[in-house]
Amino acid sequence: MAEYVALVYSADVDWWAPEQADELAEYRQFAVQNADSIRASVVLHPTGTATVVRVQGARGGPVITTDGPYAETKEALTGFYLIEADDLDQAVAISAELPAAWNGAVEVRPVIASR
Amino acid sequence: MVLEFDGLAETVRVEGARILATLIRTVGDVQIAEDAVSEATLAALKAWPVTGPPPEPRAWLTVTARRKAIDIIRRERDRAGKERDGLLMMELSRSDLPADGVVHDDQLRLIFICCHPTLSPATRVALALRTLCGLSPAQIAGVLLTTEAATKRSLTRARHKIAAANIPYRVPTEPELAERLPAVCGVIHSLYTAGHAPLDSADLYDIDSCTEAIRLAELLHVLLPDQLMPTAVLSLLLLTEARRPARLDAAGVVTLDRQDRSLWDGAAIERGIGLLNDSLLRSQRQADAYQLQAAIAAEHARATSYESTDWSEILRLYELLLTLAPNEAASLGRAVAAAEAFSPASGLALMDDLPRTPRWHAVRAELLARDGRYSEAVGALDEALTGPSTRAEREFRTRQRAELLGICRSDSR
Repeated sequence: MAEYVALVYSADVDWWAPEQADELAEYRQFAVQNADSIRASVVLHPTGTATVVRVQGARGGPVITTDGPYAETKEALTGFYLIEADDLDQAVAISAELPAAWNGAVEVRPVIASR
Repeated sequence: MVLEFDGLAETVRVEGARILATLIRTVGDVQIAEDAVSEATLAALKAWPVTGPPPEPRAWLTVTARRKAIDIIRRERDRAGKERDGLLMMELSRSDLPADGVVHDDQLRLIFICCHPTLSPATRVALALRTLCGLSPAQIAGVLLTTEAATKRSLTRARHKIAAANIPYRVPTEPELAERLPAVCGVIHSLYTAGHAPLDSADLYDIDSCTEAIRLAELLHVLLPDQLMPTAVLSLLLLTEARRPARLDAAGVVTLDRQDRSLWDGAAIERGIGLLNDSLLRSQRQADAYQLQAAIAAEHARATSYESTDWSEILRLYELLLTLAPNEAASLGRAVAAAEAFSPASGLALMDDLPRTPRWHAVRAELLARDGRYSEAVGALDEALTGPSTRAEREFRTRQRAELLGICRSDSR
């Protein structure tokens, strides 16, 4: 068994907005169907709520924050799943069921360590 | 028997690649297995020219590679303070050879891991050359026209991804197999094409990637006899390769209309056509892109002269091919076939909507010349000569341009 993170890239939506209810339901269905493989799932507020933090110089230096996400992309990181799979083939097969796989993109990355 | 050193090096490399597949499974580590095989092949290349090759080179290499693997594992164990599985060490101490069936399964697994769809197409080709053909990074760089350092980086990255992301070392099962085969066949085909038209490489490298591609196609055909696509790919490569001896002469590239057809490899043509017919029969004549390309190559191979070529059949095949797999080569092929089947003007008409590449200009020049529009043809060749092309293409176009200029001058006199 190996662990992977499936990073969900989709339109930069507010998942709490009523018009997202249908799509959110699809994600819930995904979570139910793959409950055995999903170790954790995270849904994110839109990138407008993001803050990038940098410390100038070295540790202890002045904290500089900027408003907005680290990278401005057409599709935004809107959530992620920690999944357990036999191998990359299985991780890809599970990720292919995420609505973002056809509405945006899913990046699958092997995990070194998680807790 | 004293083999020439080149022949010896070739045997060592091919046998080494065969041994690697099984050793990877036994050791469970690509790097250790590769290091062991490369140490064993180095030992062979050092010893055999002096002692002569052993009676059974394969057995010698297998046992030596296993011993080298034991050495490497012991070294690592000492360093890491780890106890390795005793069973593995016993397995590696054996002196018998694995059964052919076992080796075949191991080779298939290795082919599918090198051609895994989660690796980029360029990475798949480099991995195949390294792991399936046993070429060194320097030789791969020569084939793929990149640098040795870049090849090493890309191989290291690929190996790291295979290990870290846990790309499975297994043969896809029946339903998956159909999805995974195009990637494997794509690697073999682009390997052949890379050797067929190396872009701007002046050196004649010691490695012929056409031969390597055909070797892999043969292997895949033997390993998966029930699958149609490998048969079609092998047929296509054999039919294309059969014409190679006539494609170059002392002056450079010889076009199809001027080739000495007696130089074509009749045995390869016969085998290629046989494989094509067999695959068409099994696919109930529902041809895929490889079968169509092979069928086009077969039409050329069958014709005893350029004039007797069945151009309307070739045109029909290109049209089918374009509906399945539209690409530049097929579009230009269709234009040439139309020019031969009907008139240069109908060929030219089919070129209007295609992207203007150096090859497009070169084909247009050819068709204009056939239409007697020589000065326009010279202009088209000038365009073709400005873009990127292979050295052989450039030399050919320069020669062709001089010929056409000669015709223009004698016309104006």
